[in-house]
Amino acid sequence: MQATRDFSHYVRHAGPGLAHIDLAVEGVNCAGCMAKIERGLSALSDVTLARVNLTDRRVAVEWKEGTLDPARLIDRLAELGYRAYPFEKASAENAEAEQTRFLLRCLGVAAFATMNVMMLSIPVWSGNVSDMLPEQRDFFHWLSALIALPAAAYAGQPFLRSALRALKAGGVNMDVPISIGVILALGMSMIETINHAEHAYFDAAIMLLTFLLVGRYLDQSMRRKTRAVAANLAALKAETATRFVGAGEVRDVPVAAISSGDIVLLRPGERSAVDGTVIEGQSQVDQSLITGETLYAAVAAGSPIYAGSLNIDGTLRVRVSAASEGTLLAEITRLLDNALQTRSRYMRLADRASRLYAPVVHATALVTVLGWALLGASWHDAIVTGVAVLIITCPCALGLAIPTVQTVASGALFKAGVLLNAGDAIERLAEVDHVIFDKTGTLTLPELEVTNAAETPPDVFALAGQLALSSHHPVAAAVAQAAGAKAPLVGAVEEPGQGVCGKIDGVEIRLGKPSFCGAEQLVENSAVTDPEASIVAFSHGEEKYLFSVRQGLRPDAKAVITALQERGITVEILSGDREAAVRAAADALGVNAWRAGVTPADKIARVEALERRGFKVMMVGDGINDAPSLASAHVSMSPISAAHLSQSTADLVFLGKPLAPVVSAIDHARKALHLMRENLYLAIGYNVLAVPVAILGFVTPLIAAAAMSGSSILVMLNALRARSADDRVRSARAIRSFAQARALSYGDS
Amino acid sequence: MEVMVILVPLALCLGLAGLLAFLWSLKSGQYEDLDGAAWRAIADDDPPEPTPSEKAAGRA
Repeated sequence: MQATRDFSHYVRHAGPGLAHIDLAVEGVNCAGCMAKIERGLSALSDVTLARVNLTDRRVAVEWKEGTLDPARLIDRLAELGYRAYPFEKASAENAEAEQTRFLLRCLGVAAFATMNVMMLSIPVWSGNVSDMLPEQRDFFHWLSALIALPAAAYAGQPFLRSALRALKAGGVNMDVPISIGVILALGMSMIETINHAEHAYFDAAIMLLTFLLVGRYLDQSMRRKTRAVAANLAALKAETATRFVGAGEVRDVPVAAISSGDIVLLRPGERSAVDGTVIEGQSQVDQSLITGETLYAAVAAGSPIYAGSLNIDGTLRVRVSAASEGTLLAEITRLLDNALQTRSRYMRLADRASRLYAPVVHATALVTVLGWALLGASWHDAIVTGVAVLIITCPCALGLAIPTVQTVASGALFKAGVLLNAGDAIERLAEVDHVIFDKTGTLTLPELEVTNAAETPPDVFALAGQLALSSHHPVAAAVAQAAGAKAPLVGAVEEPGQGVCGKIDGVEIRLGKPSFCGAEQLVENSAVTDPEASIVAFSHGEEKYLFSVRQGLRPDAKAVITALQERGITVEILSGDREAAVRAAADALGVNAWRAGVTPADKIARVEALERRGFKVMMVGDGINDAPSLASAHVSMSPISAAHLSQSTADLVFLGKPLAPVVSAIDHARKALHLMRENLYLAIGYNVLAVPVAILGFVTPLIAAAAMSGSSILVMLNALRARSADDRVRSARAIRSFAQARALSYGDS
Repeated sequence: MEVMVILVPLALCLGLAGLLAFLWSLKSGQYEDLDGAAWRAIADDDPPEPTPSEKAAGRA
């Protein structure tokens, strides 16, 4: 049954007679790629637009409706050397993009207003010491007010809204002192202007907003970029299901187009993208992504099947009960809901700082007002001085201190192959002192590998690989991959559940179960006793060989565990797999603390027990069975190969085969937290110097503006240091390059 | 000082014009792909046809 690919789910109308599709493209990273793709696609007839977005690594294509099959575009990109897959913007991403545009609009308004107000302020400042007439000064103040008030009303929205939200929820965040400072500064300046007074702070107020918006925008655009890349990776997994559209007709459709009640075909070697019930056929399935168990489970008509299960040897028809997003075991859903509720208790560093900061600053301003009034100053002068204290302490540097470090650090993490899901993950990650690893798919690679390839003559192994290409069985796929086989053997036949056989130079060759190849004797004599390995036999005439195929440990797992232990972090393995398999992995990695056969509820219990004893636990896992404990841990991480649910629950996602990103993420986070604290001290230190000057009433608008920009720039420059973490990151990089070199030398092309 | 009557409105109008230009550029999507825009500025407008060897490399 040959299935045709159907991408109509992703095609949108872009105007009269025009169709539009967005494709996520892998490996676009330079101007050359951009030009090559755009030219290559435009060369297709009827394509009216092909535009690459290098930031998001996507390409938008439009063509005359009904003239072109979207699959043709993907084939064309494949010809050009790029893997691409259609992709649908999640609503979260659209909201994020809208928010980015809004911040940029606010920033534009604030920045232009600042420039114009400054243009008016500088003559006033210099006029104070030369010969400006009071009427001229008033005129300039009025003009400044005309610009600053509407601009602040517009550009201040992000802060005002967030401050109101915090106050409504009964808390205080950094935006509360910011909003109060800006409103009071503008209000007082307005009153001063009406009364023809000398000092107005329109410039300081609007400049403050500009600086803070720069911080917000950087933070937001970094988050948007991370999200876009994560969405691309999800799209490039190209999860499809083979749906029956007629009695014998099937079509490959994207999982997003599957709804419950559909009937899908699951062939050997395919991973189910849906939850459902088997209605026909029998097979074995690998459920390691769901339960962590590496032994295959037998399924027949009536058995449930979960998204993420890998079908091993029989063809199944499955009635869909829930498509990709809704897929889940009831027990895990319940645990996950509970765990997610407890997680939101963490209070961010910035909020903790502002909880202390806001009352102190406001109390100081009040004391200043009362103090001056008691000393005999007029109420007007006392209030003006009090507001000046608020303006000078307005947490410009404080508001930038944390977002700038976060932006720079998440950029550095991004380069190290780690994507951030949660904004406050960096702070929590820095505190980690206990790491729990899941075994299957986390410490081990999700793909199978041949462990004894070196014991077989290379030409025999290559032949076995060629034969293996004709089978859909995942074990055969591992043999084919390890042998680097490109072209399948002509005339090879697969016997379902047994193996494949073919002929070369008149000699029969077979690959499959030992009994299929007549190699039972060899198995009995062999020394392969690995409990996790699947044994596959290969016979070439009378010559017989055995291959041991298993999930291998990630190439740098041992080095990473040692590196974590060196940093004083306790490492533990909790796995749903059998004891023998977990023991073997723990021994190989030098981890003493491990438990096997652990259920999702046990994992949560263990995490909670550790947290009660004061440990800050990081959970690293990939399976659906890990999702609840990922949510309940202080911070969590998943590999990119993880199940949907785990990935969206985890705070961080790491890419690629090596485990090294776990170490480098911790190093970057520790460095970043250090810098955040340093920035807070810098901002506070500046206040300690400036506040007495303000309390004494010496602050002029010029001093306020200079102090504000000076401290902001200082804090931003300090944040740039988060780009390179310390020596330990360099060592993590060394681990990574070592692992890459090893992966290459294994012929992993 | 009469010159201010001209200069000040002129300066404000220029500022406003700058802001409007910025808002227009934002609306027309010029900030959607900052990385790409950096490269497009130096890309050739009308590139030469790829040579056969380049085509072969592209297909590899």
